[in-house]
Amino acid sequence: MTDQGLARELLRDMIRVRRMEEKCAELYSAGKIRGFLHLYIGEEGVATGSLRALGADDAVVATYREHAHALLRGVPMTKIMAEMFGKQEGCSGGRGGSMHLFDASRRFYGGNAIVAGGLPLATGLAFADAQLKRNRVTACYFGEGAIAEGAFHESMNMAELWQLPVLFCCENNRYAMGTAIDRELSQVDLTAKAESYRVPAASADGMDVLACNAVMRQAVEHIRTKGGPFFIEFRTYRFRPHSMFDPELYRDKAEVQTWRERDPIRLFTEKCTAEGLVNDDDIAAMEQAAATEIAEAVDYAEAGTWEDVETLGRHVTTPAAAEGAA
Amino acid sequence: MKTTYRSAVHDAIADAMRADETVVLLGEDVGRYGGTYAASKGLLAEFGPERIRDTPLSELGFVGIGIGASLNGLRPIVEVMTVNFSMLALDQIVNTAAALRHMSGGQFSVPVVVRMATGAGRQLAAQHSHSLENWYAHIPGITVLAPATVADAYGMLRTALTHPDPVVIFEHVALYNLGDDLESLEATDIRTAAVRRSGGDVTVITYGGCLPKALEAAEELARGGIDCEVIDLRVLRPLDDATMLESVRKTHRVVVVDEGWRTGSLAGEISARIVEQGFYELDAPIARVCTAEVPIPYAKHLEQAALPQVDGIVAAVRGLFGESPR
Repeated sequence: MTDQGLARELLRDMIRVRRMEEKCAELYSAGKIRGFLHLYIGEEGVATGSLRALGADDAVVATYREHAHALLRGVPMTKIMAEMFGKQEGCSGGRGGSMHLFDASRRFYGGNAIVAGGLPLATGLAFADAQLKRNRVTACYFGEGAIAEGAFHESMNMAELWQLPVLFCCENNRYAMGTAIDRELSQVDLTAKAESYRVPAASADGMDVLACNAVMRQAVEHIRTKGGPFFIEFRTYRFRPHSMFDPELYRDKAEVQTWRERDPIRLFTEKCTAEGLVNDDDIAAMEQAAATEIAEAVDYAEAGTWEDVETLGRHVTTPAAAEGAA
Repeated sequence: MKTTYRSAVHDAIADAMRADETVVLLGEDVGRYGGTYAASKGLLAEFGPERIRDTPLSELGFVGIGIGASLNGLRPIVEVMTVNFSMLALDQIVNTAAALRHMSGGQFSVPVVVRMATGAGRQLAAQHSHSLENWYAHIPGITVLAPATVADAYGMLRTALTHPDPVVIFEHVALYNLGDDLESLEATDIRTAAVRRSGGDVTVITYGGCLPKALEAAEELARGGIDCEVIDLRVLRPLDDATMLESVRKTHRVVVVDEGWRTGSLAGEISARIVEQGFYELDAPIARVCTAEVPIPYAKHLEQAALPQVDGIVAAVRGLFGESPR
């Protein structure tokens, strides 16, 4: 039997993420958000289920498809939306945009738009924790496309070799932009690949938010008690194009439709309704709360201010006054 | 106290590690082997394998680990065997270390020190001998150092380890055996260029492995009645324009000596700055002595012919006074 409190929070969070991103797409079309915009729609079960298994002292490294991760890590939606608008009130001061959401206070290390670029970084965060004897986990999210990069190989090897507390979270949405997994990887069994480095590995249905939560809790527990890295494959699918510029020439509509039938929000809503954990009024209330939160975030972003170009040169290096004695 | 450049690097690492337990050294063969250029010989015995960390051949990975570790409480020194190999780690240095502070709106400092050998002269041919300092000097967000004296080999590394942002240090392979007799080894600044020889007739601007050649050329020219001022840039980013311009206002003639290739070189950047800021001070065109535009050859006579040499510097200086090369 599913815990009712947990179920409601999971459903609420998936709805918040979904509706926020639908709003982002709308705002992109309206020209309020520019640059690249990579939507997570379809994959919400992964971040929603997994991130809550981490503690406040743990760290998160994410990719350019990280709106959900930022929000669920606790970055206020107002700050996320302001960042996408390019306003200085944004969570990266307007310097990052959609792909570079950061929040040091929540140990949220971005927002890395180099595929696999976050893996060595996350391994390094974990290296410091191991060296300083802190019992903390660094969760590193990346797509299956990152597995083809050398950084994956190097990071997995050193994480295991040095027993570093890094949790590799592969969001396998089956496409590296437009290249299907079996056209990019010789070994598509990703847990077997991880195990070839002797990294303990598990796979979960990414469309099942409870499964994502359960596997993540096991992995975090494994790292906290036994040390060393862990690898999880979350099998998921993105319903929307890669970014707003993608004409989707590389996959069939029928395939997308098949996966849409396994929409994580729909599946979980059905499950929760069947088990009597939520009713229609609860869901309506969740939708209403999300709509209110989004409206406030958009208002906040609209009301935000543009940084003065006089300060263009800020944030490149630490201001001299803050430096250590030379 | 008689010491060498190699020993000074060694002592800087050792003293920093004694003073601060968060300092670690990472790199290929820094431990049991003692360092490719023996700069870390003996450190393993004193500090142990946790802090003197032999890495696999994974430049991208272990530089990234150094970056991540620097974000999380450590003060890593990452040794990359040569600048040629550092190409494998460019992504982490350029896209993460240099950019993270900016794209997070100033939330994250990356206090990592990356050391690498650079330069030619040891018949190591086209994949171990290049001078690519200018690639790094192009990048906002990192400080680039080229210690050319024994005192700076120690002093700049110590200061780099107090710097809040990424520092890349280039140690020219021809300098490791350089000797000096110093009263003591102390931290030196990482902001300014240094006048290594005062003179009134012409300014010779150089850095790294070309400094001894420039000084030797200056002595030869002095015997012929031309009094050179020799400036050691020390810091390749940010460049110390003031020291260069002050000298130009005195001598009105400039030769830039740079082991990089001429095209897109630091020598070009320095020339442009002097023209922009001191055009009316110049009595002659700026001359450049750079490496011939070939990958460094193996055969000794060809390698030497490719590199800036004392004769070439002397000829370039004389050329500014209307004297034909010998």
